[in-house]
Amino acid sequence: MRFIIDMQTNNQKILLAHGSGGSLMHELVEKLFKKSFSNEILDELADSAVIKSLPREDSHICFTTDSYTVTPLSFPGGDIGRLAVCGTVNDLAVMGARPLYLSLGFIIEEGLDYEVLETITQSIAKTAREEKVKIVTGDFKVVEKGSADKMFINTSGIGIRDKKINLSRKGISPGDKIIINGSIGDHGLAVLSAREGFDFQTKVASDCAPLTGLIEKINPAGREVKFMRDPTRGGLATTLNEIVKGMGFGIKLFEQSIPLKKEVKALCEILGFDPLYMANEGKVVVVASKDDAPAILEAMQKQALARESRIIGEVTEGPKAKVVMETSIGGHRIVDMLAGDQLPRIC
Amino acid sequence: MFDSFRDKDLAQELAGKIKGLSEKRPLKLMHVCGTHEQTIVRFGLRDLLPQNLEVVAGPGCPVCCTPQREIDLAIELARRGNIITSFGDMLRVPGSKGSLAKAKAEGAKVKVVYSIQDAVEEARQNPGLEVIHAAIGFETTAPSTAVAIANHALPNFSIISSHKIIPPAMEALLAGGECKIDAFIAPGHVSAIIGSEPYERMARKYKKPVVIAGFEPVDVLYGIFLALKQIKENRPQVEIEYTRVVKAEGNPLAVQKMDEVFEISDSNWRGLGTIPKSGLRLREKFRAYDAEKKFNIPIEESSRLPAGCICDKILKGLNYPTDCLHFKTRCTPEDPIGVCMVGQEGTCAVYYRYAD
Repeated sequence: MRFIIDMQTNNQKILLAHGSGGSLMHELVEKLFKKSFSNEILDELADSAVIKSLPREDSHICFTTDSYTVTPLSFPGGDIGRLAVCGTVNDLAVMGARPLYLSLGFIIEEGLDYEVLETITQSIAKTAREEKVKIVTGDFKVVEKGSADKMFINTSGIGIRDKKINLSRKGISPGDKIIINGSIGDHGLAVLSAREGFDFQTKVASDCAPLTGLIEKINPAGREVKFMRDPTRGGLATTLNEIVKGMGFGIKLFEQSIPLKKEVKALCEILGFDPLYMANEGKVVVVASKDDAPAILEAMQKQALARESRIIGEVTEGPKAKVVMETSIGGHRIVDMLAGDQLPRIC
Repeated sequence: MFDSFRDKDLAQELAGKIKGLSEKRPLKLMHVCGTHEQTIVRFGLRDLLPQNLEVVAGPGCPVCCTPQREIDLAIELARRGNIITSFGDMLRVPGSKGSLAKAKAEGAKVKVVYSIQDAVEEARQNPGLEVIHAAIGFETTAPSTAVAIANHALPNFSIISSHKIIPPAMEALLAGGECKIDAFIAPGHVSAIIGSEPYERMARKYKKPVVIAGFEPVDVLYGIFLALKQIKENRPQVEIEYTRVVKAEGNPLAVQKMDEVFEISDSNWRGLGTIPKSGLRLREKFRAYDAEKKFNIPIEESSRLPAGCICDKILKGLNYPTDCLHFKTRCTPEDPIGVCMVGQEGTCAVYYRYAD
């Protein structure tokens, strides 16, 4: 493949021409993307991916999209590529869908080291392989220096879901329990630490992980999950507020029950952040009936990504459409949706 | 480290003791520190207090007390091509026509810094430009401003001297009589600098307890307990709850540095008016670093609050944010009308985040 070499670092650099649709771009598509993602649909390299049949006919199609602008591109526990697969796969998984196909769009800043693109591409390929999702179509653009911050990625995802599944907020009622599969705030803090170059003795790693496997396992026979959502940007607090918004019930959280790594707690105290509002990328909030919750919790705790699962709250009759928390010392406070921007560009 | 000061059993025990000391008559304790209000609301401490006991927030957020005139000066200096540095909260404080954030969006060189040393560094890196730092804060931040001016200042560096000192404001609230305060919970970190002596006169003159408390929930509850005990035993005095940080003599080195660089002056507190001897002004020797003198820009003061805004009453502890018509409707942290909503530790901003 052809690149410009940086005289000082000897690194190969991506040029505007790599995104122009011409020969440089075709080289990149063949030698990097097709090679990394190869599957029978992508390999056609047609203008659109043709999906000739779905694994199950009696299903609904779920379709989602997300863009990834995280900085820095790599952080403890992951990178923008892994995030781009996990984020979109998880949006399908929490709907009860089985993720099947992804599209992948890059916007690259002129002058980015090719090595960075290669590393991220390999991370995407590895995560997609582990998840058994296929990258079936893509796009590659390069913009002038200063018009993008190194790399932005968009992924859209298609999954299928059994027609019988209906995970709607309307099914939630007072008495239901709120479960989470592990500690909060890890991703937000990992990205912040990497971005600011914090050199603390303890390193917090992002929890970035695909949740499909976990979610498949948490419907033990005869028991059902009422609702699921993944608490990404805006944190657990924002997700719980999204659940109660406009509804005739509220949520009561128990601060003592919320799993929180002691390193995250300490760093948040020092830096003035509230872990309830920090981003997560490998967490799912599960709402289950009071009777089903213990069995669902037990099933979750058997899975690698959910050993620290806990019941952290319950659905209440009131105050309606509000999230209230019993604090660690037994007082109460409102947990509102995030106002403003606690941290920009963490996913 | 702080877990023992957040211990639920200890907090509940203190709450029980506070109930035990409570009289039937309504009692009002005032604190003057945004971080105290944050602790109270974040941990839901008011839930644990008896009905007759009110703990109100006074003027505890220096951002909220910065007069509109000083904001206008900063904006004007920014518009003239100078670099203005300030703490993040200050950007959204409304002047008479917009804020520093608005000026920044329109292209002015406004930079957020985390300490005055960052501002001095900015001046060092831009020798051809004037750098003016909005020096706000109580006695907790004034010493570092003093050090920067005395030891590190550069010819292209100056400050808008906005520092205020808190004991005169507390005394003015007692003298005014409006607020009917029975005791003060005094700020922990201000007191780490100034010690307990500056509160002695008001405790003696007005016979009110002043308890210097730390910032964990157990600190605040214990501080309230000590204040109530003083009231019950009719023994008003200055007491230190925050013994692990605050010494009676404070930090003499910091006080000495402040005294070297600043002199006491009358000061205008937004929402409260002019409070005598409550501000810090650069001494004659350091006037070259006073941006107001250096640039000689006349700015008028307007002490009108926006229509319907009750920040002045909130700052005096006479009303709660929830009493204000604009609270959470037209006045939000993203789009504040009154100053109490702007600062991270402004009473309205804290209520917005944590209370109902």
